[in-house]
Formats: sequence, C-alpha cells, structure tokens
Amino acid sequence: MSSPSATAALPTPMISRNEPRTAREPGPPARPKGAPPWQDWLFERTTMFFTLLVLFTLVGIIAALAWAAVPAFQKFGLGFFFTNIWDPVKMEFGALAPIYGTLVTSAIALLIGVPVSFGIALFLTEMCPVILKRPLGTAVELLAAIPSIIYGMWGLFVFAPVFGDYVQPALTKVFGNLWILGPLFQGAPNGIGVLSAGFILSIMVIPFIASVMRDVFEIVPPVLKESAYGIGATTWEVVWNVVLPYTRAGVIGGIMLGLGRALGETMAVTFVIGNAYRINASLFEPGNSIASALANEFNEAAEPVHRASLIALGLVLFLLTFVVLACSRMLLAQLAKDEGQQT
Amino acid sequence: MNVETVAARAETPTQGLAPAMPKMSIRNLDFFYGRFRALKNINLDVAERRVTAFIGPSGCGKSTLLRTLNRMYSLYPGQRAIGEILLDGDDILAPGVDINMLRAKVGMVFQKPTPFPMSIYDNIAFGVSLYENLSGRAMDERVEWALTKAAMWDEAKDKLKQSGMALSGGQQQRLCIARAVSVKPEVLLLDEPTSALDPISTAKIEELITELKEDYTIAIVTHNMQQAARVSDFTGYMYLGELVEFGETDQIFLKPKRKATEDYITGRFG
Amino acid sequence: MTALHRKRLFVNRMNLVISMATMAFGMLFLLWILWVLFAKGFSALSPTLFTQMTPPPGSAGGLANAIYGSVMIVGVATFISTPIGILAGIYLAEYGKNGWLARLARFINDILLSAPSIVIGLFVYTVYVMQVGHFSGWAGSFALALIAIPVVVRTTENMLHLVPASLREAAVALGAPMWKVILRVTLKAVRGGVVTGILLAVARMAGETAPLLFTALNNQFWSANMDAPMANLPVVIFQFAMSPFDDWKSLAWAAALLITLTVLIINILARTVFRQSAVR
Repeated sequence: MSSPSATAALPTPMISRNEPRTAREPGPPARPKGAPPWQDWLFERTTMFFTLLVLFTLVGIIAALAWAAVPAFQKFGLGFFFTNIWDPVKMEFGALAPIYGTLVTSAIALLIGVPVSFGIALFLTEMCPVILKRPLGTAVELLAAIPSIIYGMWGLFVFAPVFGDYVQPALTKVFGNLWILGPLFQGAPNGIGVLSAGFILSIMVIPFIASVMRDVFEIVPPVLKESAYGIGATTWEVVWNVVLPYTRAGVIGGIMLGLGRALGETMAVTFVIGNAYRINASLFEPGNSIASALANEFNEAAEPVHRASLIALGLVLFLLTFVVLACSRMLLAQLAKDEGQQT
Repeated sequence: MNVETVAARAETPTQGLAPAMPKMSIRNLDFFYGRFRALKNINLDVAERRVTAFIGPSGCGKSTLLRTLNRMYSLYPGQRAIGEILLDGDDILAPGVDINMLRAKVGMVFQKPTPFPMSIYDNIAFGVSLYENLSGRAMDERVEWALTKAAMWDEAKDKLKQSGMALSGGQQQRLCIARAVSVKPEVLLLDEPTSALDPISTAKIEELITELKEDYTIAIVTHNMQQAARVSDFTGYMYLGELVEFGETDQIFLKPKRKATEDYITGRFG
Repeated sequence: MTALHRKRLFVNRMNLVISMATMAFGMLFLLWILWVLFAKGFSALSPTLFTQMTPPPGSAGGLANAIYGSVMIVGVATFISTPIGILAGIYLAEYGKNGWLARLARFINDILLSAPSIVIGLFVYTVYVMQVGHFSGWAGSFALALIAIPVVVRTTENMLHLVPASLREAAVALGAPMWKVILRVTLKAVRGGVVTGILLAVARMAGETAPLLFTALNNQFWSANMDAPMANLPVVIFQFAMSPFDDWKSLAWAAALLITLTVLIINILARTVFRQSAVR
C-alpha cells in the first residue's frame, strides 16, 4: 500500500452538536432471530431436484424404450434397421420402410419449407410495414399453434382431393418425363401419399423455421446493414450478402429445429400418408413414417414382439430427433455466443 | 455549490459535544473480482451517526467498498473480500456470520429506484415482516413511521394500496429509503442515491439524509462532489482502488493534504 | 443506368415480390384451414354437444364426456407441470446460472421442448401403463405434463433473466433470505410472463393427440375416474374422423372447431397478457 494518509482512523476532533441526541423512536426493536439458514438450503435443493428430474426424463425415455424394445432386437438383431418387411401375421418386422418414409417426408418438408420460411422472415424483417409486423408475425406463429390433428383432418378431407385433382397431374406433366426425377412424379394422383404428407409437414414447420430466422435476422447490428446500404447495395443484396452470412449458424439451427419437428410429427402424417409399408420410387404412392406406424398400430399390437418392434421404432425416432435437435441447439448457442462477444 | 459555501459552513463553529464513535472499522481490506484487485488495503472508520461520503472517478472502487459493508458482493461467485470489517467490534467478513441478519442491520439504497412489484404498503411491510411479527395495527404504524421518516407520508398516505411502480422516480427513491429505514437498520448505505433523479428530488433526498443521520450511521457513494460537501461529515477520496485521502469533509474540500485530492476536487482531474 | 445496375434492381424487385408471395402462401394456408373448420364445424355445433355422450356408430350424440375428460386430463397435467417447471426454471436462472449442471439441463430441456410427443406417450406407456396394466386418465396427464414441463421451464428461466439485478439486490439488502427474495420479489416481478408460459403450455397440451393414444385412450361413456380409460377430444377426433360414419365425422369437425378455437384464444390471450406485462 502506497498511500500513507489512507490509513485513516477517525480524525479528531469530531464534529459535534449542541443538543444531546434524541433517542431513536420508536426504540430499536428487540430483533427476533431471522429465518433459519436451512430454509434457503432446502429451497435450493428442491429447485435442484426438479432440474435433475428434467435431466432424468431424457435418460429415462431412452432407457425405458431401449429396455422395452429388447425382444425386437433379440429376434431381428441389427437387421431390424435394414429389412423392408412388416408382417404382423408371420411376426416378421423390419424398420426400413417407416425409416425411409420418415426421412423422405421430412426432406420434402424442408425442401418446400425452408425457402418459404426464408421469404417470410425476409418479408417480416425488411419489408413489412411496422404496424403489420406484430400481427403478421403472430399469425405465422399461430400456424404452429393449430393442433397437428387439425392439419390431418384438413389434409385428408380438403387438401388431398384438391392436390390429387390439380397439383399432382400438373406435376406429372411437368416432371414426369424427366431423367431421374421422372419416376418420382409418376403414379395414380389420388392426393394421398408421401408427397402430400411432406407438403403438409412443410406448412407445419414453416412457423418454427420462419420465427427462428426472423429472430436471428433481427440481431444483425444495424451498423452492418447500414454500411452495406451505404455503398449502394439493394435490400436483396444486403440480405443475401450481409445478413445471411452473418446469421448462418442461427439459420441452420432454425432449419434443424424444423427438421426435428418434421421427423416426429404424428397425427397430420397419419391422416394423409396412406399407411403402407412400402418403399416406392413414386412420391405419389402411399407410405408410412415411424410416427404414423406407431399411431396406427400400437394399440392393436397384441403380440409382445410386434409391440417391442413398434417401441424399437419409437426409440429410433427419438434418437434421430435427439441428434438433429442437439445440432440445432449447438448452432443456435454458437450464434448467441458470437453475438455476446461482439457487443 | 462552490468552495465558498463550504467555507461559509466551515466558519459556523461546530459546537463541541459527543465525539463520533466508530460504528464500522475497515482494516486492511482487499477486494477481488476474480483476479482483479479492485480494492487495495483500505483502512478507515465509519463514524456512528455521521455521514461518510466516498468520492472519486468512475471505477475507483467506491461502490465496491460500499458493497462489502453489507456483503452484497457474496451474491456473486468469484467476488471476495479479504481483511476485516468490524461492525460494533464483530468481524462481518468472518465465516459463520448470519449474512441475512447483517443485511437487516446494514440497509442499502441503490442508484436506480427499486420498488418491489407490490403495493406501496407491502413494499415496506415486506422488509419489516422478515424479522418482526407485528400486528396489523402495529404494522400500519410502522409503515406510517417509515414513510414519514422518508418524507413520503403526505404523498403516499392516500394511495398505500397502489403499486409502488406507479410512483415518479423521485418518489420511488424515497419509498426505497422508507423501506430501508423501516427495518430499523443501524447503518444505511446509499449508492449514488440521486444520480437518476431530477434536481428537486435530489434536494429532498439530501435534506432527508441530514435528518436521518440523527438516528443512523450513513455511508454514501456519490459522483457529485458538491453533494458530498453538502451532506457529509467525513469524506474519502478514492482512486484506482486505493483510499487516497480520508478526513473531515471540510478539511478534504478546503485543505486537502494530498495533491491528487486537490487536483480532483478543483476539477483538474476527473 | 448501366445494364448491370438495371439487372441488380430487377433481381432485387423480383426477390422482394417472391418474399411477399411466400408470406401470402403462409397466410393462405392459415386462412384456408380456419375457414374449413368454421364451414364444417359450425353447422355441427349445437347445445347437445355439451350434454350428450359420444354416440355408438350411426347415431347422433354429443361430446360431453370427451370435453370433460380433456379438461380433467389437461387440468391435472397443468397442476403437475407448473410447480415442477417453475422450480426447475428458478434453479437454472437463480442458482445454477453457468454451472455445468445448469448448462446441461438447459440443453436437455431445449431438446425435450421439441421432442416428438408420440415418443413421450410411448415412454409413459412403458413405465406406467404397462406396469399398472391398464390405460388411464392419470397416464394421459403424466404424458401431457412431460410435454408441458419444458415449456414452463424455458419461459420461467427467460423471464427471471429479465429481472434487473438491482431488484434482487434490493430485496437481499433488507436481509431477506434468498428463497423469499425469489418467490416474493423476483418471481412476482415477472408473473405475467410466467403465466404466459403456462398458458402456452396449456394450449399445446389441449391439442396433443399422439401421447394420449397410448395413455388415456378413449371411453365411449361418461367417466370421471382418472384411474380408468378416459374420453378426450383429440382421440375422439382421431377415431371419428377416420370412421366411415357421417354422424361421427360431423362430430369430429365440431370437436376440431372447439379445440382449435380454445387453442387459438389461449394463444392470443397469452400474447396480449405478456405484451402488457412487458410494457409495464
């Protein structure tokens, strides 16, 4: 310590006054002892307990499903994942068809959903008049609030006939004779099948992807955008060359979040996918996803092996979404961290 | 306020009686934010029923010093104080101190008004009921007493049931002072209590501080030197975590012993 | 104006028009679905929906037992998930902060937030229904609670982070123990936001079908017994809509309208409540 005068005890003489000090009133309370410290300890432990409960839910889901799926793995081994057979009469089960259906419908959902979501996010952040921003943003989010089963009913009774009568024939006309792509769009246009399921899924994931995109677009520092506008860039150029690269991690995170949703979406898919354990080149043909197989069959599966096979499907679905959602979270967290460093 | 007014006040003789006793004694205090040493070997006494002010440029450690006096820092991991702070002879930094009791004895008012999200009445009753079991009647009296102490009663008596958040900034700050006073602490820590307020509210609160020191030991941090000169009996000038000079306010402002203090006070620095 | 410049402006205008079109695309489907619901569901709405039981095939009836079941199952689930979610959210925001446990729990919670609901149903089936040997309303509530908890945890934590440190310190400075500071000051300061989170969780639960298929199942009759299979709107919709009977189909549309209206109203309500508390 360098400063000598800093070791100051109270200097004397003291300031003082004429009157003797009046007593404090009402006098100092005889203070009862405060709250015992174990209350704080108990409260913290309680909150911690419930946090651990959340953690163990995840562990519990994986453990319980794995345990219940054991009979299926015992009987079919790893071949379960690579066999395209589903025969409840002969008790032969393989997961290939539903896994294929899950992946294909989700891929279609992203193929349509991502560009549309990007357009919506672009509209909401760069073009929308301020007074409409909130109502339109809420409206997009309401798309996510509509229950899955409603999408299913609407899809089966209203959308599928329109899709089969107008959209599918048009697709066959345009793409049906193309090399490679052609077979995807051939077949009976009855409105039900893998393509319809994928399309409805795309509408269901739009709100998730679009709101993440909108949120990450809004954290781009205005200075960055202004400096691009300052050299004469157009709105599109600013978004494509400045905003999108800046928020890349967040955008991919949002897409993964949408993918996670699409993989596990159940009721809407169950209504329109057609429920057939088949792998077809044509997207017009009926198929099956893991979730729709579970919704349709589980309560009718009486045999233990059948049931275990369905639970094994559920485990596959959970692990699949777990990986996708984990990637999504890490990308979004990365963006948040970068953002934190810059400000 | 300028030097002349300080001089004028100094000329009024401070008639002698009852020398101030130390209420809190700070001995060899160091403070760390992680590895950063924010306070360096602080030694001083806070006099009982006097106002002690800490001045200095931003980041000099004056708020940090105040926050060690009620151990507010221990909310945050990585912050620690080393040394001794005696409150009536007991070391409050010692392990095993009931930290909640300590804070009930050493109250604090913050830079920004912090009314709780409840009615004006409950804002005060919340603190009181932590340590005292008062009947409804006694509680009413205590609330009135505290609001009166904080010069808020006339403004608040008709809207005790209204939310504390609905008051103006100056009123909110006086409500916070009433809340701090209501639990009858022995020491009041004021951390730049007027920096967010308009001049009229500031004047009211300064007046209030002068009245409150009849009963309470007060330590105030301020970035406003005139304010320190107006309200305090003792002043410490801090710079870069060190207590450069400490003494009676009049002496610090009129005859600072150290060049650094003089430079800061006369505005050549800071 | 150079050719390059013209081209850039054209690309810009083109893309902005496409962007507007995507917005219209999204709105088209929202309005289309709502319009269909009203068109088909409104005609099926009648007071008997609320007084009569779900009918056997080929006859008229109502939804009274399903409405009651849905309210019970969702109500119990809310009752279970709210305290758990709030307490865990408090741990993350106030105690765990950046420790490894909090970071891990936050990560896991975010994953559970989007986990497929049908797997949650399957989980409750294996650990509860299979063990007790029968479907029940309780099982349905457990499954829905598992879906709601992550929502409540997330919003509670986010809201608590909005509380300025000075408010927390002010309560601590009075000598209040931490648990009182949290429950009576900080949590109270953000109660609007926390209520929003709970409402959004309720809205999500109200429309969930998949997890109830393997847990609460369905029941054609009036049953107030939470320990037995219980009727509920989503599963009734699923069964009736997929059936070949017109009476059932029209009841399914009515139920669909009821559920969607409830969910949308709760959503809009939650957002306005939150907006007010954010302004205050």
